[in-house]
Amino acid sequence: MKPAHAAQAAIALGSREVVKFVHQTGRLLSALVRPALWLIVFAAGFQNVFGVAVIPPYETYIEYQVYIVPGLLAMVLLFNGMQSSLAMVYDREMGLMRLLLTAPLPRWYLLLCKLGAGTLLSTLQAYAFLLLCAAFQVDIPWLGWLYALPVIILCGMMLGALGLLLSVTIKQLENFAGTMNFVIFPMFFISSALYPLWKLQEAGAEWVYQLARFNPFTHAVELIRFSLYGQFNPVSLAVVAASLCVFFALAVYGYDPQRGLVSRKGR
Amino acid sequence: MSARDRAQHAVTLKVSGVSKSYGSRMALNGIDLQLHAGEFVALLGPNGAGKTTLFQLLTGLFVADEGSIEVGGHHIGANPVAALAGIGVVFQQATLDLDLTVAANLRFHCRLHGIPRAVARRRIREELERLDLMDRADEPARSLSGGNRRKVELARSLLHEPNILFMDEATVGLDPASREQLVGYVTSLCRQRSLSVLWATHLVDEAERANRVLVLHKGQLLAQGTPQSLIEHANQPTLADAFLTMTGVNTN
Repeated sequence: MKPAHAAQAAIALGSREVVKFVHQTGRLLSALVRPALWLIVFAAGFQNVFGVAVIPPYETYIEYQVYIVPGLLAMVLLFNGMQSSLAMVYDREMGLMRLLLTAPLPRWYLLLCKLGAGTLLSTLQAYAFLLLCAAFQVDIPWLGWLYALPVIILCGMMLGALGLLLSVTIKQLENFAGTMNFVIFPMFFISSALYPLWKLQEAGAEWVYQLARFNPFTHAVELIRFSLYGQFNPVSLAVVAASLCVFFALAVYGYDPQRGLVSRKGR
Repeated sequence: MSARDRAQHAVTLKVSGVSKSYGSRMALNGIDLQLHAGEFVALLGPNGAGKTTLFQLLTGLFVADEGSIEVGGHHIGANPVAALAGIGVVFQQATLDLDLTVAANLRFHCRLHGIPRAVARRRIREELERLDLMDRADEPARSLSGGNRRKVELARSLLHEPNILFMDEATVGLDPASREQLVGYVTSLCRQRSLSVLWATHLVDEAERANRVLVLHKGQLLAQGTPQSLIEHANQPTLADAFLTMTGVNTN
């Protein structure tokens, strides 16, 4: 694989994803409306129900709205990661996947390009949501926007790789909605996105607490939360990076014609 | 043998003992075949004979259980990138991105194959002009008729100047005129560019145009030879009758 060829393929896949996204105005809207509803409606309703104690990285008492911003950012990344995998399933049904897989490039690289293209969109959407937060005067430090960039990219890749992995096993578009229910909702609710984990423990939901501790999504949320305040959370970084490697490696394995799951099916 | 003759006889595709099964169903059983430069070979078989499976193996989408496939001397399993670089494919299923323009579809393919921008622009123009589609270049692929979409896919498969072209039932759904045009165009490509073509079809009249016909039935190659030799071998008046006799449909 020559570097010029590799770069061209990356541009081809990246620009295709962006062009498609720009044409689907509804998609950006729904990508923003979803977290906006949580931020404006849900957070307002629960403002006084959840008393958030001072926990790292916060130094003072914070509003509930401020607490859930990192979780909602991660939700934006999660949804877009899943949407990219939906596009993979769609491409497979429409035959476009064949075109891709018969290009003279290593498969792992084609998948990496796909993942990169999806992450690009995820990142753009995450920042669009941050703008929305600023418009609603949710107090997020401006420097945090900068510190969070590498973290948002990393988390976007991790959740995109999860989507890629799911696209190996989802054979048809119809099966997609069901799978989403089994992935998006549990991942989101069994995490620190909406409530600090100690709340779960205090409530006596011990097994939910344990699940949440090991949920990679929790660590994505915490990594983003810490980075917004210029702080570094090594444990979460390690979990997110390791999850990315595992999900991506399994996805590459799944798309490998020699061994993977894709080869078991006739068409 | 002159250099030109040698080039004409160069083996571009070599398939040896290829088998593939899905669960307990044997889709292909011990397939051996070769393609030479400039040869138009029809792979004739009824629906379900294993044509699509064979194409999936030839293009590296799946891997054979047994046997080997060499494209231009490169083993598709061991060296898929080099092997794929020499292959052009028109799939049975449409694979144009209907929301993109014709030119954008072709540019996308050029980028996937690492063709420099200036070269890509020239080749896209040449291929489209040859097929009389240059004036449609900036229209979305969706606005094209089925026949023209197929032509664009054919143009696309030639952009990276492959040595071998695989056409998997490429005329399915086309009217007789478009079908005739496509077959005629591809046979002329074989002559002009020394392209090897493997043309899968279940339509006997398309196979009659080929230099050589391979008859595939229930995953096995029943016979191969020129259309005339198959007719003589089966002792039937036409290739259609010979085909029906071989596949056991014709009981006369």
